[in-house]
Amino acid sequence: MFTTTDKRWPATRTMNTTAALIVGLYLGGASAEDVGGPYGFGAAPSEAELEAVTIAILPDGRHLPAGEGTAQTGKAVFETKCLACHGADLKGVKETGGAALVGGRGTLASGAAVKTVESYWPYATTVFDYVRRAMPFDAPGSLSNDEVYALVAYVLAQGGIIEETDVINADSLAKVKMPNRDGFIPDPRPDVRNYN
Amino acid sequence: MLIKEDQIYDEDTLRQIDEMAAAEQRHLAALKEDLEACDCKEGMFPNPTKAMGRRSFLTGGAMLAGATLVPRLSSAAAPAGAFEFPVPPDPTKMQGRPIDDGGYGSRSQFETEARWRYPTATKLSSWTMSPLASQVGNITPSGLHFERHHGGIPTIDPRRHALYVHGMVGKPLKLTMDDLKRFPSVTRKHFIECSGNGLTEWAKPKLKTVQGTHGLVSTSEWTGVPLSTILREVGVDDGAAWILAEGSDAAVMTRSIPLDKCWDDALLAYGQNGEAIRPEQGYPLRLVAPGFEGNTHIKWLRRLEISDIPFQTREETSKYTDLLGDGKARQFSFTMDAKSVITYPSGEMKIPGPGFYEITGLAWSGRGRIRRVEITTDGGQTWHNASLEGPIQSICTTRFRYGWIWDGNPAILQSRCQDETGYVQPTIKQLVDVRGMSGTFGSIYHLNGIQSWAIAANGEVSNVHHY
Repeated sequence: MFTTTDKRWPATRTMNTTAALIVGLYLGGASAEDVGGPYGFGAAPSEAELEAVTIAILPDGRHLPAGEGTAQTGKAVFETKCLACHGADLKGVKETGGAALVGGRGTLASGAAVKTVESYWPYATTVFDYVRRAMPFDAPGSLSNDEVYALVAYVLAQGGIIEETDVINADSLAKVKMPNRDGFIPDPRPDVRNYN
Repeated sequence: MLIKEDQIYDEDTLRQIDEMAAAEQRHLAALKEDLEACDCKEGMFPNPTKAMGRRSFLTGGAMLAGATLVPRLSSAAAPAGAFEFPVPPDPTKMQGRPIDDGGYGSRSQFETEARWRYPTATKLSSWTMSPLASQVGNITPSGLHFERHHGGIPTIDPRRHALYVHGMVGKPLKLTMDDLKRFPSVTRKHFIECSGNGLTEWAKPKLKTVQGTHGLVSTSEWTGVPLSTILREVGVDDGAAWILAEGSDAAVMTRSIPLDKCWDDALLAYGQNGEAIRPEQGYPLRLVAPGFEGNTHIKWLRRLEISDIPFQTREETSKYTDLLGDGKARQFSFTMDAKSVITYPSGEMKIPGPGFYEITGLAWSGRGRIRRVEITTDGGQTWHNASLEGPIQSICTTRFRYGWIWDGNPAILQSRCQDETGYVQPTIKQLVDVRGMSGTFGSIYHLNGIQSWAIAANGEVSNVHHY
């Protein structure tokens, strides 16, 4: 017998058994609060539907799509679609709010931190994920996977993290070690021990 | 304590702070302009209601010359959320306006409190501050709830909206809004606070009003389905530990949330303060992760993907991480620690003279209920318990009150709260001492230090640092 405290309720139960269970609980004199599900609402999405929405990239590279690019191909895409906000030098354009993408390496403990993809971001997979979902700002989600791979390669190469000729794809991207990969620690708060 | 701003903030943050100060200044200047046009200088500034009242009264005078009771729908003078109507000299001597507002009310034309927006380069990625100084009670009106948007406010047809729940589950699900509303629901009051609330105030008092220093916190009554119900429905696989929540805005906002939190108290909310969630708060569906920083409460929620590890999204790596003095950064610093602030009297007000004042404000903690709020009116030499307005609810603001006789001498007012874990709200100095006193201090988030308001002999209230 499953209870509501069983957090991993088997999901293979059919709607008919579910309904039978709920009715059974009522007939058995159980109160309404005992009806903890499953309720069987909603539909099973198709494989194609799920594939279309599974766009978030894990840091080990899972969910990266087919395609590839290099810094050389990325340069042209950048100049057409990114340069206006991020600048020819990738240092950002204040008036547009476009962030600096490169530079700042070694500044995090210096007293004048410059946080960029190059200096701060711990995973290269995040660059692919973010550019594909949210960039360019005036046409988010419009880039092809090849364009995104190429742009990621361009930014990483401009930041001196990979070579101009390195091919970035689903295999190689997760293997890129970002300069600040080990720069993050867990949250120790409450960090001021004011208790009484 | 001597800390230079440029030792604490990076260049971008410094620029943001200056621009926020300028935006607040413009907001105050507009209020003052209204005030100067009226004879209400004895009031407790800022009090735009009186200024608006006079302007509308003049309108009313013009109406006497034979105009009808037709509202000036196109009037630029009507505050946001209001229509401007002519004001009769005696409302008992003529009929009021017909009951014909289309079935959805508006606020009084004399109420002008509004959020103000941080002047980012684009209006599509920005934030607005809630006017705490004028808020009464404990619920933030839905239209005054603070906002943070990264790609504008999407327009979503709820009939076409669906939530996918998939990943490490036994049975992936696609849930329409109608499906979601069939599940047993709960209603709970919770605050949501942006972890950037107060980011201007680390080095020295910067913004002048409580709207500027604390306006990124709001409280609503949220209604929806416990996320745990949906997790039981799909069946979570062994080894799962995180959930990616994804929004349906142009930023396709994503955050990874620990699975334990989702089992514990997270909510798939479709209701806010008795009606559907406002578009700017995530219509038709948002995640509510009680006590976690606001960015995790993903709006316009369209997808939950269960996984073994966090996704390391942009928002949980390059943003919403806390860079410390040694160059390391805290990550997944979710919980909003206990915090309180006096909203009356507060910055830029002027109290009219010696006598009785009810000091009041709000206290909240992401770790549970508020147990106690203490008030000092002498800069921390003596502390007195404030009365707390019940019922005190978990992970919700609590209004406090303390009766005070002002003797007319300069005074420094502070509140400090304690939550049910026993934790007492620290000073800003205590936070800086732990997180980084010198050198780089990029930890702009999670300032929950004690706020100080100085009262001058002439009654003017200003933002100060006082330890």
